Amino acid sequence: MNAPSDTVVRSEARGQADALAARSPVSWRRLRALVTKETRQLLRDKSNLMVGLFLPVVLILIFGYGLSFDIRNAPIAIVMDDTSPSAHDVIAGFYLSPYFSVTRPASMNEAKKLMLKRKVDAIVYLQSDFSRQLAAGNATIQVLVNGVDANRARVLQAFAQGAIGQWAIKRAAAGEVSAMPVPAISLQTRLWYNEANNSTYFLVPGLIVLVMTLNGALLTSLVMAREWERGTLESLFVTPVNSNEIIISKLVPYFGVGLAGLTMCLLAGKFLFAVPIRGSLLLIVVISMLYLLVSLSLGLLISAATKNQFLASQLALITSFLPALMLSGFIFDLHSVPAVVRGISRVLPATYYVEALQTLFLAGNEWELIVKDGAVLAVAAVVLLVLTRLNTRKELA
Amino acid sequence: MNASLHRILILIRKELIAVLKDPRSRVILLVPIVLQSLLFGYAATFDLNEVSYALLESDHSGAAKDFMAQIDGSGVFKRVVELRNAKQIGDVIGRKQALLVIHLPPDFERQIQSGRGAVIQVITDGRNSNTGNVAAAYVGAVVERFNAAWSDQHGYAKPPLRIESRAWYNTNLETRWNMIPSLIAALSMLQVLMLTALSVAREREQGTFDQLLVTPLRPTEIMVGKAVPSILIGIAQSTIILLLALFWFGIPFQGSLVTLYLGLLLFTTASVGIGLALSAFSATMQQAMLYTFVLLMPMMLLSGLTSAISNMPTSMQYLTLVNPLRYAIEMTQRVYLEGAGIAVLYNDMWPLVVIAAITLPTAVWLFRNRLA
Repeated sequence: MNAPSDTVVRSEARGQADALAARSPVSWRRLRALVTKETRQLLRDKSNLMVGLFLPVVLILIFGYGLSFDIRNAPIAIVMDDTSPSAHDVIAGFYLSPYFSVTRPASMNEAKKLMLKRKVDAIVYLQSDFSRQLAAGNATIQVLVNGVDANRARVLQAFAQGAIGQWAIKRAAAGEVSAMPVPAISLQTRLWYNEANNSTYFLVPGLIVLVMTLNGALLTSLVMAREWERGTLESLFVTPVNSNEIIISKLVPYFGVGLAGLTMCLLAGKFLFAVPIRGSLLLIVVISMLYLLVSLSLGLLISAATKNQFLASQLALITSFLPALMLSGFIFDLHSVPAVVRGISRVLPATYYVEALQTLFLAGNEWELIVKDGAVLAVAAVVLLVLTRLNTRKELA
Repeated sequence: MNASLHRILILIRKELIAVLKDPRSRVILLVPIVLQSLLFGYAATFDLNEVSYALLESDHSGAAKDFMAQIDGSGVFKRVVELRNAKQIGDVIGRKQALLVIHLPPDFERQIQSGRGAVIQVITDGRNSNTGNVAAAYVGAVVERFNAAWSDQHGYAKPPLRIESRAWYNTNLETRWNMIPSLIAALSMLQVLMLTALSVAREREQGTFDQLLVTPLRPTEIMVGKAVPSILIGIAQSTIILLLALFWFGIPFQGSLVTLYLGLLLFTTASVGIGLALSAFSATMQQAMLYTFVLLMPMMLLSGLTSAISNMPTSMQYLTLVNPLRYAIEMTQRVYLEGAGIAVLYNDMWPLVVIAAITLPTAVWLFRNRLA
């Protein structure tokens, strides 16, 4: 008599405990099981590891060795219709400059053909009466640049001016002061934090931003959508697992992959590309973790909201990777864009991450900036996580 | 042959319906293209039009006022703060209050008038060295104008040598002019590649690809039927960007539309070929998508979109030779801005044909041989 009622009581107690566990925000036991499941799923598919670990290596190599804003050996054509010694003197600077590699077509027509074929980026032209005019103090050198790449063209113009300026300095040094009067003002420019003017210095922090964005948004944008599409999320719903646990278990393994990517980037930045880390390494890691959380939850949110892998991947690409590349201030300066675009870039978490990283790498611990950026990222992470939670209810659509 | 064409047309129709039936898919193929063209068109520029600066001026002479009036009058510079001593420079730059600091020496006017010349220090924030350099160059331009005016006024001899600089194709050297034509190729490729990569992978994941294989459709016909809709969508997207470039941004089109569209057709076919090969290679949609990303990023970065290919080391430049986007960007820019014809663009076109000729048959082969 006693025994059956005893089992009933015991099973009731267990039922109550289960119900309690289901109501409590997270059960560690279930969470551990889910995390193990997600981790296995992640490691099993090679394509995940391709994006998580192989792509960062590729990007490191591209950013470190491939991309550069520094012009070297730009092909230019010098056309001299006057071959007098003084004309040769004037153009000597182009041969010495590391920025140019000079070809000497016989005529202006030939040079123009080279420019049309994009064999040269610029033409420097000395007219036939150049030396006579120079003696008269009234000579002109024509510099024609291909303006299609406007930025490059502008830098080339400045370098050309510098190369010709060499001549003036030499003449002045030789005692022919009258060659070029001393200008009223001369400029002395210093590029702080990057005295060597090396674009790798700002590309490497940007690289970390891209890798973190990539890991987060692209990988996680697919996980939830995939389960919705295949219907496996519904089978999870009939288990005692609650939505908090589902979300956390989907974040943890990808967080690990993100940290692996971060470690690789930091090591490459320090040892391969010798980018200085003038701020605190710990702060870099903390800020990066915050951003990683932001981008992971953005991915999950997209995934939970679209419930469709094609839409999710498109949205992830459009809201994460492209803005991080184009609108974050990583390559293009944000002070000069129209107010609307600036407003959009201010909403992007990547903008704050770029600012914080560039500062921590090159300028040092500028607390005012770092605290602001960190706070923005923390708020973004919380908002996105809450939105994800709201979009992951245990109910069928 | 006729029956084959008929089968292909039916497949094309089915594929177009499959993509365009879902209103959310229609939105995602149209809206981002427009938004991104506008956003990137405005954002992706190296030109500065608002340079915040701090002034450290120890000399309040007339010459200093003249010079600063020229800086402020240039319309580019915005004075955000005046510093009292050099110690403040670190904070102003470090906290990003100003992009640069202009430092006039104490005896600025006296030095100019003595004929020895004065030296102005410009300190720029080098966290983005590119922006820093451009900003410094803008100050340089003002200095140049000031110097010219000064020697005119004071009857100094003109410099014996003048440099006359002109830019072809883009006279005012606006970055936007070369950015937007390259977007015609780059933005449409993003989505086309993804769309194609998913097309076969989706059927495989859902098991309908096997059904397709047992129909009278031959693998080549399946390939054509899958490729044509994506090519059409890609070219439609390019057209939207082209219209924005022409009518919203008002960038004058110098070349021939026939040349442009011939190039775009070749380029889109080459990208669709890559997408189909990836798709046939992947077992699931997720794999297809992730492989596409792995390929897409290097393709975007090594295409000349954000930094010139000629700045890259030679070995990397060789790597760009297999990147269809590299040719497409060069081609659209040159047709659009230079008005280049097929004779000149031939070198950008044949590699695209080669890429398509390799990837499309590879996709067909994978259709047949990856039935696992």
